[in-house]
Amino acid sequence: MTKRLRILIGKPGLDGHDRGAKFIARGLRDAGYEVIYTGIRQTPESIVSTAIQEDVDLIGLSLLSGAHNELFPRIVQLLREQDAADIVVFGGGIIPEEDIEPLKQAGVRAIFTPGTTLNTIIEFIESCRQDQKVS
Amino acid sequence: MSEPIDLEQLETARREWDKTVLTPALEKNPGRDEAALRTASNIPLQPLYDPTSDNPATYLERQGFPGCYPFTRGVQPTMYRGRLWTMRQYAGFGTAEQTNARFRYLLDQGQTGLSVAFDLPTQVGLDSDHSLALGEVGKVGVAIDTLRDMEALLAEIPLDEVSTSMTINAPAAVLLAMYIVVAESQDADWSKLRGTIQNDILKEYVARGTYIFPPGPSMRLIQNTFEFCARKLPKWNSISVSGYHIREAGATAVQEVAFTLADAIAYVETALQAGLNVDEFAGGLSFFFSAGSDLLEEVAKFRAARRMWARIMKQRFGAQSPRSMTLRFHSQTSGAALTAQQPDNNVARVTLHALAAVLGGTQSLHTNSRDEALALPSQESVQIALRTQQILAHESGVANTVDPLAGSYVVEALTDEIEAQAHDYLERIASMGGMVQAIEAGYVQREIADAAYTYQRQLEDGKRIVVGVNRFTTADEPHRDLMRHDPGLREAQLARLADVRFERNEQAVLQALRALRNAAEQPGENLMYPIIDCVRRYATLGEICAELRRVFGEHTQPGVV
Repeated sequence: MTKRLRILIGKPGLDGHDRGAKFIARGLRDAGYEVIYTGIRQTPESIVSTAIQEDVDLIGLSLLSGAHNELFPRIVQLLREQDAADIVVFGGGIIPEEDIEPLKQAGVRAIFTPGTTLNTIIEFIESCRQDQKVS
Repeated sequence: MSEPIDLEQLETARREWDKTVLTPALEKNPGRDEAALRTASNIPLQPLYDPTSDNPATYLERQGFPGCYPFTRGVQPTMYRGRLWTMRQYAGFGTAEQTNARFRYLLDQGQTGLSVAFDLPTQVGLDSDHSLALGEVGKVGVAIDTLRDMEALLAEIPLDEVSTSMTINAPAAVLLAMYIVVAESQDADWSKLRGTIQNDILKEYVARGTYIFPPGPSMRLIQNTFEFCARKLPKWNSISVSGYHIREAGATAVQEVAFTLADAIAYVETALQAGLNVDEFAGGLSFFFSAGSDLLEEVAKFRAARRMWARIMKQRFGAQSPRSMTLRFHSQTSGAALTAQQPDNNVARVTLHALAAVLGGTQSLHTNSRDEALALPSQESVQIALRTQQILAHESGVANTVDPLAGSYVVEALTDEIEAQAHDYLERIASMGGMVQAIEAGYVQREIADAAYTYQRQLEDGKRIVVGVNRFTTADEPHRDLMRHDPGLREAQLARLADVRFERNEQAVLQALRALRNAAEQPGENLMYPIIDCVRRYATLGEICAELRRVFGEHTQPGVV
């Protein structure tokens, strides 16, 4: 029997646009995952500590303000520092194409831009399970 | 003279048409998918509207004449025949100098009003050197830390001639103070200043997220600005009650109208509690709505909102002055409707949105740029967006008569329907004790989240079509030149902030901040005056808000899904 994955949807930074984050959170919940949504205006530190406390398998970050290059890698780095690098980090929002590769190099596994369907994200999550990136 | 319409005869004819023409046609072709035949807000549309759905006997009560109660047909007697709407592009990024250059470019291109976008640290009352400002300085708007930045932002712009809208909410009093102190240095008389502060905190709790203080003290700050503007800035709009962000967060058109008016009712009640007379401040209330792609529904929405507000102000609050009853509004084309795919298609969408706003009788308009689902707009894209408004104004002809869609059977029916449904929401909110209570209970947030989820599901299931996203897609998207932020920006801003801190009279700053804190502890004090003192002495926005945070506390809210 497959494990029910736990996913944290997080809104780091000062951006209050959470229509996308809420849709993903609710859609993933309806698809059978256990989902925790942090609410807006979270620090990288609080997102990482919630993720560890809640023992999540993945963190999905949403940011539309342009601060992704600073905040997404910071979260990956904090996870590494706290021995939680096994948690898969993915993100979405208004993210220019040329930022995607550097973010991946920094350890963000996938970036989803506007127009992405929920199914694409579910496929990604399931591929992480198969790659045994999440246990 | 022809005979007056015989309604009975018409109804009989309509039934006959339904039976002999419509029904056989539907049997042959039942029509497109049912979801596609609804408005964007899920209101089912009839196949045909005709005079039987519009009772001419109630014309004066429901529509009336422009410039007259209930203002359904417009707030001015001649609307755009007298003066076109104000073309006001929201702009701001990077440092004050960069934004000042964009403003002056837009004024040169024929724009007629300014609209300032502030970065997120400014909007939540933090200085650029605060740890939480990491990555956000100068990104979604201009960074303003002190009066020095505001001086640079407004350099060489005649403040007694332009009107300026500032999208600022929780710290609106501070930015307004900076603006009027700069005006003073230009020798511009306060009584001549025209503009708007958004100052609408309630929608920040439900949709936009840049709150600082809890609802109670936030409402006090709004009360203080109302009173100050009523007395000192007669031409200034002390609030822009905003449905825009509520709609963009996923609300329906009905919810946009209902929740915006519910917010406005809460503000009027707050001002009345402070002892202001309704006609003394209600003329300074303005509104802000989204203009989306569903043209007919959007036009009906604007008309319904105008009529409802007039009735609320007259019947519920006993306003006497017509200006107190008029819902004057700014509109912005829908950002959520823009697609990252095939972004040039957005030029067509924005044209539709702008047309809806103009046919709906907007007082000012921002048109979005085609590339805003990807990044902040390039200068070229901003120019196309402004030109779209100019084409509507000067080539389309829709500005040459008042409320041209009035009398369209469907638009009148939708206007009535939106009013009726929004009215039900207002009653539900009243039964909960008012909008502040409804927000604290999470009711408004849940209603919006449900509507957003339903809409997105319809999109994912293909029941609603967005061109280029779930239909008519293309495989290869060409590379585009997007606006990039200047990487040295944050350092430049921090250096300027450090300079100000070094050059100012520290003792004077501390004194002013202490006076502000003392005033904040006294609920009867109007905080505008001590804030102006702080600003004049170059106290930073972060310092001013920190004093208020100490007294008022900070608002936090859990994520509602």
